[in-house]
Amino acid sequence: MSKTMTGAKMVVQALIDQGVDVVFGYPGGAVLPIYDELFQQEKIKHVLVRHEQAAVHAAEGYARSTGKPGVALVTSGPGATNAVTGLTDALMDSIPIIVLTGQVPTFMIGSDAFQEADTVGITRPCTKHNWLVKDTEKLSATLHEAFHVALSGRPGPVLIDIPKDVQFATGTYTEARQVETHYNPQVKGDLAMITELAKAMETAKRPVFYTGGGVINSGPAASQLLRELVAATGFPITSTLMGLGAYPASGDNWLGMLGMHGLYEANMAMHDCDLMINIGARFDDRITGRIDAFSPRSKKAHIDIDASSINKVVHADFPILGDVAHVLEDLLNVWKARGRKTNTEGLAKWWGQIKEWRAVDCLKFTQQGKVIKPQYALERLEALTKKHDRYICTEVGQHQMWAAQYLGFEDPNRWMTSGGLGTMGYGFPASIGVQMAHPDALVINVAGEASWLMNMQELGTAMQYRLPVKQFILNNERLGMVRQWQELLHGERYSSSWSESLPDFVKLAEAFGAKGILCSDPDTLDDAIMEMLTHKGPVLFDCLVEKHENCFPMIPSGKPHNEMLLGDASTKDAIQAGGAVLV
Amino acid sequence: MSPLKIKKGSTSHSAYDLRPSYSDTVERHTLAVLVENEPGVLARVIGLFAGRGYNIESLTVAEVDHQGHRSRITIVTTGTPQIIIQIKAQLGRIIDVHKVNDLTVEGPSVERELGLFKVAGKGEHRVEALRLADIFRANVVDSTLESFVFEITGTPEKIDAFADLMRPLGLQEVARTGVAALSRGAV
Repeated sequence: MSKTMTGAKMVVQALIDQGVDVVFGYPGGAVLPIYDELFQQEKIKHVLVRHEQAAVHAAEGYARSTGKPGVALVTSGPGATNAVTGLTDALMDSIPIIVLTGQVPTFMIGSDAFQEADTVGITRPCTKHNWLVKDTEKLSATLHEAFHVALSGRPGPVLIDIPKDVQFATGTYTEARQVETHYNPQVKGDLAMITELAKAMETAKRPVFYTGGGVINSGPAASQLLRELVAATGFPITSTLMGLGAYPASGDNWLGMLGMHGLYEANMAMHDCDLMINIGARFDDRITGRIDAFSPRSKKAHIDIDASSINKVVHADFPILGDVAHVLEDLLNVWKARGRKTNTEGLAKWWGQIKEWRAVDCLKFTQQGKVIKPQYALERLEALTKKHDRYICTEVGQHQMWAAQYLGFEDPNRWMTSGGLGTMGYGFPASIGVQMAHPDALVINVAGEASWLMNMQELGTAMQYRLPVKQFILNNERLGMVRQWQELLHGERYSSSWSESLPDFVKLAEAFGAKGILCSDPDTLDDAIMEMLTHKGPVLFDCLVEKHENCFPMIPSGKPHNEMLLGDASTKDAIQAGGAVLV
Repeated sequence: MSPLKIKKGSTSHSAYDLRPSYSDTVERHTLAVLVENEPGVLARVIGLFAGRGYNIESLTVAEVDHQGHRSRITIVTTGTPQIIIQIKAQLGRIIDVHKVNDLTVEGPSVERELGLFKVAGKGEHRVEALRLADIFRANVVDSTLESFVFEITGTPEKIDAFADLMRPLGLQEVARTGVAALSRGAV
């Protein structure tokens, strides 16, 4: 039986049918009919953010921590333009989110009406797909298709622009199962190529798994299969920033994160390997460093769901187009069926070499004196929260890299960070999205004071919905990563990279009714962290740290993996003219 | 030379070097892109080329299947083999794109373009223009005592050649459709 309803009701009905339980949003003139419908039902919770950018990041946090799509609802014009950063962030990191925007009524489109913007035009390059729905009859089918597109293949953000008259008009509601789509990306990999890879794995002397966010996106089964494959083969494994948690940090074969601020052993293994197995990563420039010197002696396999990722930057000797879980299942089966062979002698030598690299202990630091080192703060945070099933978000900068280096992730979907776009201001709203999805879990946002201030208004949201998110701010009163690059590249001229006129974060927290904690003494750090953990509500933790600490290891721009900087002594003239133009 | 002593456009030591080590040769390819005839689909295709810095030498688009709601976009583009592969893969990611065919590598194909040429002149020039039009099998679709509009169909090279000949004879305006192309033989 067909159901007739208004467009606004269709929106809410479609969200319910798609299993959505929370929407992050901000009302305005062009979405009032939808807000009216939200008001009259109880299945979907609405979280009122304080800025539309935060709604999108919260939806990203929700999506990344659950594997389900996140939903944001914003008004036309400024509501939509404020969502652009979040959309771009989700596109770069392949996060499935659905953004609903209000639009001026169809008969006013193109007239420069109040709060009109060409939303589908503006967001076309920063969404996986977007729609302007001009007919209520097509609205529900479009909503269902949007979920399908966001979640299928390489996930990503989608946007549906809904003019106000379309929300008021009535039409027939189409059920999700009635919607036909031609968009069905291939998930099974080519068995012949998978077999070729299995053969190469049998003889490889110096293999390495290089995994990325695609493993997380593929779902929990992919992480499970990855663990099985690593255990069965005994190969070492490293991961990109986006892939942390797919393989446990406590696992025997774990080399740590790779890339620009990756671990020495991980980068050296990438450089010297003879078989690199890329699973759901995309040879980002943060990973490869200088491309013509990237892992020069290896054969490379690349498993990716997106054909445009394969051979984009690095030539793949074993290109495998497909979903990570499907491909890993086949790869394991083929490899087992062929007799579970590896080059034991070669592997033993390879592990011997890796042990030597590990002995460099590239993350070592000395905490001495009365000033907290940021590394020490994270080491203590790790020690005191390890037993929790915790969710970590970050902002962007030095603290983000230190968090990736010093915190261990045992499971997928526990690590929410802005990788591709590098969006300062991502972490706080993302932590709100995570906490909404996991009300009883420990959710910590590791932040820098500058990033955190970019979306500080969300303290109001955290208070309103009693979300006990812990904001762990490593406060160096600097834009630390900018300052580090100015030190290395620009003759120590620190142009606009210090945080002048910072607020008193404790008073700021209290102004919103939250708890603020200030800690500047390494001796009281543990107690202060415990106080943060035991407090029931949101906490703003102002951790005053060493102001001029640099983040190492570091592959300087324009350098290959085996020319890492390990500490301050090695930084003089490290970046040459050719590298200086890179970011 | 820039202050950083890097040649303009040089990327040989950059993390962004997309040039494959195996071939730097720039090739010309004709792509047939079958798309859902939705509003904005052309903008998606053009936006992709602009956003990622690919070349468009020619582009034509028209609905080819009214019932099936399909349009065909024919794009002539240039790039190294790796870039061409990237362009095809990126086009394939667009949700509204059903199919991407590279007519340049998928066997023989025919390419045609239509041009309209307005040539004004008197006396010997006028006679010569008419004579050349006849050789090129161009049709006269408009005529006054002082001008012709010629319609010519052929490969882009043929139309280029015709334009070169018309220029000294009083060529005033040119309109060209861009390339339409199909593979030879049955599908």
